[in-house]
Amino acid sequence: MTGLRHLLASADLDRASAIALLDTAEDMADVATRRVPKLPTLQGRTVANLFFEDSTRTRLSFEAAAKRLSADVITFSAKGSSVSKGESLKDTAQTIAAMGIDAVVLRHAASGAARVLAESAWIDAAVVNAGDGTHDHPTQGLLDAYTMRKARHGADSRGQGLDGLRVTIVGDVLHSRVARANLGLLPTLGARVHLVAPRTLLPFGAEQWPVTTSSDLDAAIADAPDVLMMLRIQQERMHAAYFPHEREYAGFWGLDEERFARLHADTMVMHPGPMNRGLEISAAAADSERSLVLDQVANGVAIRMAVLYTVLSGGRHAGAREAGAA
Amino acid sequence: MSGTAYLIRGATLPDGETTDLLVREGRIAERGAGLSDRGAIPVDAAGLRALPGLVDLHTHLREPGFEQSETVLTGSRAAAAGGFTTVHAMANTFPVQDTAGVVEQVAALGAAAGYATVRPVGAVTVGLAGERLAEIGAMARSRAAVRVFSDDGKCVHDALLMRRALEYVATFDGVVAQHAQEPRLTEGAQMNEGALASTLGLAGWPAVAEEAIIARDVLLAEHVGARLHVCHLSTAGSVDVIRWAKARGIAVTAEATPHHLLLTEQLIAGDAALDPDAVGHRGYDSRLKVNPPLRRDEDVRALRAAVADGTIDIVATDHAPHPVESKECAWAEASFGMVGLESALSVVQAALVDPGHLDWGDVARVLSRTPAEIGRVPGYDAPFAPGSPAHLTLVDPTARRRFGRAQLRGRGVNSPYLGRELPGRIVATFHAGVATVLDGELQTLPTPTDHEVA
Ligand SMILES: [Zn+2]
Repeated sequence: MTGLRHLLASADLDRASAIALLDTAEDMADVATRRVPKLPTLQGRTVANLFFEDSTRTRLSFEAAAKRLSADVITFSAKGSSVSKGESLKDTAQTIAAMGIDAVVLRHAASGAARVLAESAWIDAAVVNAGDGTHDHPTQGLLDAYTMRKARHGADSRGQGLDGLRVTIVGDVLHSRVARANLGLLPTLGARVHLVAPRTLLPFGAEQWPVTTSSDLDAAIADAPDVLMMLRIQQERMHAAYFPHEREYAGFWGLDEERFARLHADTMVMHPGPMNRGLEISAAAADSERSLVLDQVANGVAIRMAVLYTVLSGGRHAGAREAGAA
Repeated sequence: MSGTAYLIRGATLPDGETTDLLVREGRIAERGAGLSDRGAIPVDAAGLRALPGLVDLHTHLREPGFEQSETVLTGSRAAAAGGFTTVHAMANTFPVQDTAGVVEQVAALGAAAGYATVRPVGAVTVGLAGERLAEIGAMARSRAAVRVFSDDGKCVHDALLMRRALEYVATFDGVVAQHAQEPRLTEGAQMNEGALASTLGLAGWPAVAEEAIIARDVLLAEHVGARLHVCHLSTAGSVDVIRWAKARGIAVTAEATPHHLLLTEQLIAGDAALDPDAVGHRGYDSRLKVNPPLRRDEDVRALRAAVADGTIDIVATDHAPHPVESKECAWAEASFGMVGLESALSVVQAALVDPGHLDWGDVARVLSRTPAEIGRVPGYDAPFAPGSPAHLTLVDPTARRRFGRAQLRGRGVNSPYLGRELPGRIVATFHAGVATVLDGELQTLPTPTDHEVA
């Protein structure tokens, strides 16, 4: 890759850049343990959170990250704005740009929106993709990788990839930007990814991706993966013929207590949240010691600090597009 | 003006013959070597190909209703710039071209503009709503003499309605031009369904949604003994279905667009770096968003072979202008469609002639003679014959140029070819003896007077 001026897609990161970001996040996590959990690094810089789609969790995580780096934060929420009749991305971006912005954190319902913004002439700021349609959510992929690396290597995480790690992702891969974020990053770090879902929820052509696929969760569990990542089932899928009803879905692809009891002792459980307890994951699994769900949330702030720090200290004022390799 | 005579010297006709052509009073007056000019304006056509005036069976002129995108005048200027002398104006205007009044208005606007013959397409169903037949007979009998009926933009998906439409349109020697798209299989669809769409997170438009409708429609056409025209074929599977239908003797004709013959879905992933001056496409470049979507490389190859062997009868532009703001946005928010009149012949040369699939005689067939036959447009059956209407275009096939905004003469600038090098250049276009393009320059015709249209 050519320097980290923007973070648009997890597949844009090569191994070295990804590991560098994870290592920077280690440093950022250390900051959180200080008496004053704040760095002066981005003092005088302004980060705009442009949320064309509601996501309180992600927005708060980015806000916290920016504030811990002493950046000023402007938040724009075009709540309820939807594709086609929503606020224009161009107009909003230009309005925000006129306020003198160093970085834009963009959440948008349209796949590719962050890339379109970054490659447009509408704005000159660094762009961080905070979720675009069903395409990608690269900071989620990074925080998941960080969480997996921490769980495996603990205090010796720095410099490590995820070599040999076996990650099984279960559920609505078709509509999941989280799944794509992980797919774009984990193989780069050496992990092997297995997707488990009914055929209706596996993306068309997924067999051409660098993954294995199946529809049998029990076989996948018996295979003792290192990580079992359960994806959220959205309400709107329930009535669109992806599966007959909730009970049948939970029966075949839910991590219920019986399946949880069969998990290999070393298998960690992850979920990007928010969880549908009792549907794709049982309360017992979600709240167990092997669940990394809360670690994922906590690590999100450190990852987003690392990303903002990297794109904003990347020498954009040097003017060179190639400047500031992570 | 049609009063002006032109002596075209040394043009090479599609069959390879080199000749002079005297154009006078709207017709080919004489043809042969060494004609004397007799006061006609000489046009040096040495080294140029003369083609019959191009006929587009699939054009969106947007007027009435969407004049911020295009008007009959601006669209027919774009047509002339591209070598076209007849365009078929699709029915998805506002109000929809579903009554005799609206189609006559559009035809009159075309006649007033003078750049090309504008043949309105009539809607198959009222308001393109897919529920009740539009007044097809009245449109056929009107001064616009409509012969092509289409709900283009939407598919006539109800099987019974499609059957009735085929039968009823056949009553008036017309043809139903079907936009083949099964609506339920393409809800929210954004690009060709496949691994790339899955990676880009864009909802897929599966090939089967086109092929299933075509398969149904050719069987319906066979059953009721009516002719059917299939718009913008985009997949290898559609080619197979049409080939099968023709072998069975079904009266079906098929079209492909220039963009489906040249561009693939891969471009949507972006082939240009962040360099703003780069030639090519950025990721999710909305200029590439079109319906049906750009397909795979193997589909492009199948379409080219099908045009070459006659399975696909014609090339039609699906010229679809949009205002800038409809494309300056995220992919899912952008409108479907690209302008195509000005670039069509160059793209056909690049995709079909230069690689050896077609010769210029074939180009005359797929871009003039056959579309005129399908649309029952008179005056294109004997091009270059003395007495025939002087609809012709002169092309310099040796030219190469970087296609740019200057080449776009309609209102829309949503061309996927901007910045791309393309072969061929239109040097002159004559519509009924009127030079609409001369020396490569679009001519200014007398401003249409304000006309009252019912
Ligand atoms: Zn169409």
